[in-house]
Amino acid sequence: MDLKAFRRVSDYEWEIPQTYRHDMLAPVRIFATRRLLEAALDDRSVEQAINAATLPGLAGPVVVMPDVHQGYGFPIGGVAATCFPEGVISPGAIGYDINCGVRLLASSIELEAVENLLPDLATALDHYCPSGVGTKGSLRLTDPDLDQVCRMGSRWALKHGQAFPEDLDRTEENGELAGADPAVVSPRAKERGRSQLGTLGSGNHFIEVDVVEQVFAPSAAQAMGLVAGCLAIQIHCGSRGFGHQICTDYVQSFQGALQRYGIRVPDRELVCAPMDSPEGKNYLAAMRSAANYAFANRQILAHAARQAVEQVLAGKVSNWHFRQVYDIAHNMGKVESHVVEGKKVKVCVHRKGATRAFGPGSPGLPAEYQSTGQPVLVPGSMGTSSWVLVGTQESMERSWGSSCHGAGRVMSRSQAKKEVRGEQLRRDLEADGIVVRAGSLPGLAEEAPQAYKDVDVVVETVVGAGIARKVARLRPVAVIKG
Amino acid sequence: MKEPPAHEKHGYEEIPHTADWALKVWAPDISGLLEEAARGMYALMGVERFYDLSAEPRQSRQVRLQAEDYEALLVGFLGELLYFLEEERLFFDPIRVKIQDHTLEARLEGRPATGQNKEIKAVTYHNLAIERVDDLLVATVVFDV
Repeated sequence: MDLKAFRRVSDYEWEIPQTYRHDMLAPVRIFATRRLLEAALDDRSVEQAINAATLPGLAGPVVVMPDVHQGYGFPIGGVAATCFPEGVISPGAIGYDINCGVRLLASSIELEAVENLLPDLATALDHYCPSGVGTKGSLRLTDPDLDQVCRMGSRWALKHGQAFPEDLDRTEENGELAGADPAVVSPRAKERGRSQLGTLGSGNHFIEVDVVEQVFAPSAAQAMGLVAGCLAIQIHCGSRGFGHQICTDYVQSFQGALQRYGIRVPDRELVCAPMDSPEGKNYLAAMRSAANYAFANRQILAHAARQAVEQVLAGKVSNWHFRQVYDIAHNMGKVESHVVEGKKVKVCVHRKGATRAFGPGSPGLPAEYQSTGQPVLVPGSMGTSSWVLVGTQESMERSWGSSCHGAGRVMSRSQAKKEVRGEQLRRDLEADGIVVRAGSLPGLAEEAPQAYKDVDVVVETVVGAGIARKVARLRPVAVIKG
Repeated sequence: MKEPPAHEKHGYEEIPHTADWALKVWAPDISGLLEEAARGMYALMGVERFYDLSAEPRQSRQVRLQAEDYEALLVGFLGELLYFLEEERLFFDPIRVKIQDHTLEARLEGRPATGQNKEIKAVTYHNLAIERVDDLLVATVVFDV
């Protein structure tokens, strides 16, 4: 595939027409600079987006973010909206880590005042927030408890003294998706879910202490509590083995649904079922259970992180409290209202490695974000900047209210391990003034910054395209990884 | 990880994938293919090196799966092994499976794994096709990590 297949819409936007391949049911809209697009053609991400454009019941174009990279079935950085309820839902287009997402907490603690305490803070965060391969948390949920987590999400944590009410106000869907039903979750998924709540996991999941390095939109930053020179904390994780098992179960059981509903897909990982079919309804209810589990998981980790902060900073600074900025999913299927050809319609927006980015005045945003637009959290690769953006009217019109979710990989994990030694990487990061606590050095090497695109270029692209607006840039000062 | 020479009748090797892990697997028959895929998956996760040789008694688990085709059996079987590793910390060796009429039966013998280097979230169907190449069955399995 070469650039001739694309219609250039602007410096930041390209389109593959529906006529490009006979089985496409909608065009593909790609947000990228020419250079990012050329890079995307090096792997199969564009082909995967074209495959996604064959899903029955699409309400409009499949949208691709500039941090796109090859996934399995559906590209990471892809967004597809299907008509509700007759269109399909595809578990593989949401991903195994259902409601993987990011939470950002902000403080008025000046970096300068606590710089010498950062190693202690990193150690305490590592201690309070369980992470690593196969790690189980301190909670052992009973069956009724787990069912409540599935239905209540973050509110379960609030009920158990692990949240402030304002945390929930500042979480996508208030941390509680309606329509979850634990009865359609397999016993095996529940077994995995009982012991993993309140754990970070491994891979690219992390907790990071950042300093707000630059503010671009002072009024929005003020609404979020982001102050230049002060500390913030990011938490990146999802629904752990609970979500992985739910997706595994439904990808398996949907294999038979293709034939029952006469659906053809170019890749079996894109299996799907109509949302108004029994299979589709059950998956939606199970997926929402996992989404609520993930909201509760990040809430419990945020509570643990606050305890770590208190242990290290209480009495050393006058106000050691971290208030929530926002919590946002980037692997999720959501039923939302969008305008298609001038008409308001209900669609299921599949976001896989893409963040919801609702513009100003959108329903569901807390009062303080009504005029700014919804915060969009874009973590960079390890050791590089992260960004806080907000959604725009343009994102509502052009990208199903979505934006990018990170830097996006460019190098395989095995290649990263060959090129980067974990120990050297840790020394390099520490030489840059970043404290590192890592459970696995080879795991650290796989997440080396060289393995990712430049997050600043990704952000310039979504901003250039108009689907997000800059609020602040964060610089890491401590990284905790499993 | 172990990379058997290409002339061997059965084996596995890691192949590049931007974000996830992919494993090419080959064997003369379908049972052998699933057994090799299981060994390869354990090797990717780095489970072997924590294998506790002194642990006794060995624990056994019975697995029975039915699926519409061999690809579904492959994904389902590897998913079973991931579950036992994560939930019960069980690592199986040797692995022997019997497949007849799209039904898999295996009595797996294992010992506790005390740790592993990397976690696999799931086994995917992405571009999965078991193909006959000369006298071998060959497949590429992509894992979500």
